[in-house]
Amino acid sequence: MNLKELYQDIILEHGKSPRNFGKCNGHNHEAKGYNPLCGDQVQVYLKLNNEKNVEEVTFEGSGCAISIASTSIMTELVKGKSLETAKKIVNEFLSMVKTGSEIKTKDLNEDQKTKIMSLSGVKQYPMRVKCATLSWHTLVSALDGKKKRLIQRN
Amino acid sequence: MNIENIKLQFPIFSKKINGKPLVYLDSSNSSQKPISVINKLDDFYKNEFSNVGRSIHSLAVNATNKFEETRESMKVFINANSKDEIIFTKNATESINLVATTFGQHNIKKGDEIIITELEHHSNYVPWHYLRESKGAIIKFAPINEDGDILINELEKLMSSKTKIIAVTHLSNVTGTIVPVKEIIEIAHKKNIPVLVDGCQSAPHIKIDVKDLDCDFYAISGHKVYGPTGVGILYGKKKWLEKLPPYIGGGGMINEVKKDKISYAQAPEKYEAGTMPTAEVVAFNESIKFMNSIGIENLIEHEKKLTNYALEKLKKINSVKIIGNPKNKAGVISFTIKEIHPHDIATILDEDGVAIRAGHHCCQILHEKLNLVATARASFGIYNTIEDIDILCKAIENCRKVFDLK
Repeated sequence: MNLKELYQDIILEHGKSPRNFGKCNGHNHEAKGYNPLCGDQVQVYLKLNNEKNVEEVTFEGSGCAISIASTSIMTELVKGKSLETAKKIVNEFLSMVKTGSEIKTKDLNEDQKTKIMSLSGVKQYPMRVKCATLSWHTLVSALDGKKKRLIQRN
Repeated sequence: MNIENIKLQFPIFSKKINGKPLVYLDSSNSSQKPISVINKLDDFYKNEFSNVGRSIHSLAVNATNKFEETRESMKVFINANSKDEIIFTKNATESINLVATTFGQHNIKKGDEIIITELEHHSNYVPWHYLRESKGAIIKFAPINEDGDILINELEKLMSSKTKIIAVTHLSNVTGTIVPVKEIIEIAHKKNIPVLVDGCQSAPHIKIDVKDLDCDFYAISGHKVYGPTGVGILYGKKKWLEKLPPYIGGGGMINEVKKDKISYAQAPEKYEAGTMPTAEVVAFNESIKFMNSIGIENLIEHEKKLTNYALEKLKKINSVKIIGNPKNKAGVISFTIKEIHPHDIATILDEDGVAIRAGHHCCQILHEKLNLVATARASFGIYNTIEDIDILCKAIENCRKVFDLK
């Protein structure tokens, strides 16, 4: 294990200054995520247009550097994507942090791939995987239009 | 008292964590085990195993005697009147559930009040909440101040003719507050209110004398007192154990079973249905012997030294904020570091072999009161040294480096 692989500069920077933080104007989807084991919570706001593209995505919440950075990066990656593509990116992310699989999608450019892969170090820390994944699961809930509060224990 | 020699009795300290010697600062969560406890578990299964209290063969007689020896040791350890006042449970959580369930059955009705405090662990709140749900009881929370001390005056104001029981911790697992339970019990008893003391955290850290406290119930977990998991005790005054109904039904807790009626055994058997964690109860005696071999006064003195040293050193680190400043504090220190979430602290400290806990420590009411989501917590046991605290402080400095903060 190597702390520098986990706490890469991109993560520290996003953790300190998260992008797309706050409520977005005119959101038509939102979902809450909560981890009862550690108290992390996140709220994802979405504006899906008539063509089912993610026009805006923002979040609010509190958590560790990994969870805030992961959420911040997530919002950057799915903004402007279609609902289907956004879900594909979520699945690739989840299997990367859980099984270590590579990011293959052509829907992300090189810069975006670097960002998503900066979170791959989490796989080495099984107790921290949930920190990174809570908001991504919450995003799926929001995309599916579920109002229900998502409770993720692991 | 030579701590290095004591530490040698704990095999886990020969292990390396991430290539570093283990600095175990999570004893409030669960303590490590001395070799005598580990050997006893092994020895009992290899050479002495039998179920207890049922058969009349030699192994069963011996196992029953060993099982009862632990009850006797525990009686002495907490200064109970009789060993029949000691009930074996799974842990302190089950002990509290036992009281809430059985006491609640006959003594709690709609509108009755139960007083707990804002310091309580979830295990001394949730079981009472069940009575709120099932019986319509009302739960009142005695407030604490910013230091983490219970406001006894306010607690007294909450007591009324509707108050049926008070449940309070002896030692907070977050702020380390040693609660003046004797004073609370005196006030409560003047108003004929029984008191349950959650002694899960206090048992390994302070001298327990249930006769002196005059508490009605006292709950302890074995695994926090250098003993095995799966065994705890409930102390209950004889009058209560006679009066309350049984808890779990099954073998061993009955007197006579007929098709139309069943009578129950006396305490403690009345509350010990089914096969108990036999080996664990037998091995638990070794942890009581271990505690006695050190002497509770020596243990208190050692932990006091560690706590004072740690507080002094941690306060010198500018970014560290200590949670609570109680009048009497045991070896439990919760803290936050500016701009670094407790989960990140725990991961970074682990890299240096330092095991702490991060989160709400099953005390969400307390964290909400103090406006915190999570804290980091270092807690001490008999095996910790001054050097452990130096390593902790160095590892905390490293957090700032990893996060590139000044």
